[in-house]
This record gives sequence, C-alpha cells and structure tokens, in this order.
Amino acid sequence: MKVNLKYFASIREAIGQGSESVGTQAATLQALRDELIARGGVYAEALAHGRAVRMALNQDLCDASAALSDGCEVAFFPPVTGG
Amino acid sequence: MSFTVSIQTQDFDVSQELAALRAGDARVGAVCSFLGTVRERNDGSSVASMELEHYPGMTEKSIAAMMDEAKKRFDIFAARVIHRVGLLHPEDQIVFVAVTSAHRGASFKACEFLMDYLKTQAPFWKKEVTPEGARWVDARVSDDQALARWGIQATNTLPQ
Repeated sequence: MKVNLKYFASIREAIGQGSESVGTQAATLQALRDELIARGGVYAEALAHGRAVRMALNQDLCDASAALSDGCEVAFFPPVTGG
Repeated sequence: MSFTVSIQTQDFDVSQELAALRAGDARVGAVCSFLGTVRERNDGSSVASMELEHYPGMTEKSIAAMMDEAKKRFDIFAARVIHRVGLLHPEDQIVFVAVTSAHRGASFKACEFLMDYLKTQAPFWKKEVTPEGARWVDARVSDDQALARWGIQATNTLPQ
C-alpha cells in the first residue's frame, strides 16, 4: 500500500524533506517507523527509539500500535511547543 | 454560539475579538481570555526572533477537538482561539484564547483547560534565534503535568 509521510520541525530538518510517498507492507505506525529506521543514516538518527518522536495518523495523534491503511497520512514530529 | 479557530501570520486585535465573541448573546455574564506573547529571554538566552511552524490541517482539527472537549466539560457559550505562525519578535502576540459563559467559573476554567490542552496536543513548533544560533525550543514536562490536572494523560515529552 501507499502511505503519505510528513515530517515537521527538527525531524523535517534532519531528514531534509517535509514529505514523501512510500510503498510499505507495514501494518502499524511502529512497523513503519522501524522500516524507516532500517534505511539508516538520517532516518535512523531522527526516528531512533528512545527519542521523543510523536506520531500522527490521518492528522490525529496516535500511539505506535495504530493500524495503517492504503493512502493514509502519517506524520513524524518532535514534542509540540506551541502556545 | 460560535467556536472558531484561526491560524494566521498576521496580528490580531484583542478588543475586537472580545467584542465579537460576545456580540448578540445576552446570556453572557463572563468573558475570560488568555494572551501569550513572545518573551525576550528563554532558557537563559536572549531571543531575537522566533519562527513558528505548524501542521496545516491537523492544527485546526486538534483545536476543534479540544473545543468540543471544553464544551462537554464546562458550561460555556462560545470560544475563540487564534494562533500565529511564521516570524515573530519579542513583545509580539502569539496566541489568544477567549471563552464566554454566564458566570466566571466556567470561562476561567475553560480558558485554562484550552491553553493546557493546546500546549501539549496542538502541532506547533517554535524555533528561536539567539546569540548562540538558532535552536528548536524544548517541550516542557510541566506542560504535560498541567494537562494531567484535568484528568488527561499527556505524553508529549515522553521518549518512545
């Protein structure tokens, strides 16, 4: 299936782009994050486990177990600092 | 009456916003508001300017959800949230939350609830320009704790 990825703030800067479209068999946010980490390099560093990485699925904050579907929008970003 | 959110680069007029929020609603006996502004110092450094980034679409969706939650919890009539994005400087207005109700208790509480919620759940990020260079602002654990007072567990700062 196809997933539309978005990156924001320090994660966007580290990865060097704000969005990309990827084909994946990952069933969950966790599996997708692991696939991206497996790319190595800036992905492995920016999305490493143990870092405070927030994830959103179709524009709702979700935990790592959230299930992906074809055409969904997934975002990775650091803790929010608005207000 | 109305629950509205605006994400914008331009400044806003607090008096106009307060007047518009309660206009035509004679049930209102209390209006509470919070205004957040850019400080000249943060975490020990002077701040020359800051750039606010957000996630278009999710930002509006998350603030609409927090307004729905405020409506359920408090006896309020209307609410307004404005958050600026883009380049801002010390003394600039950043964020505005206002709520109307019949009596002060509900609007005081709802206003604080909305700000606590926004700090940890709405996708905004601040990048400051300091004499040491540009840096992303760190999220505060105290903001997660502030939301916990309302019975909502926030994990904004939690590694995972």
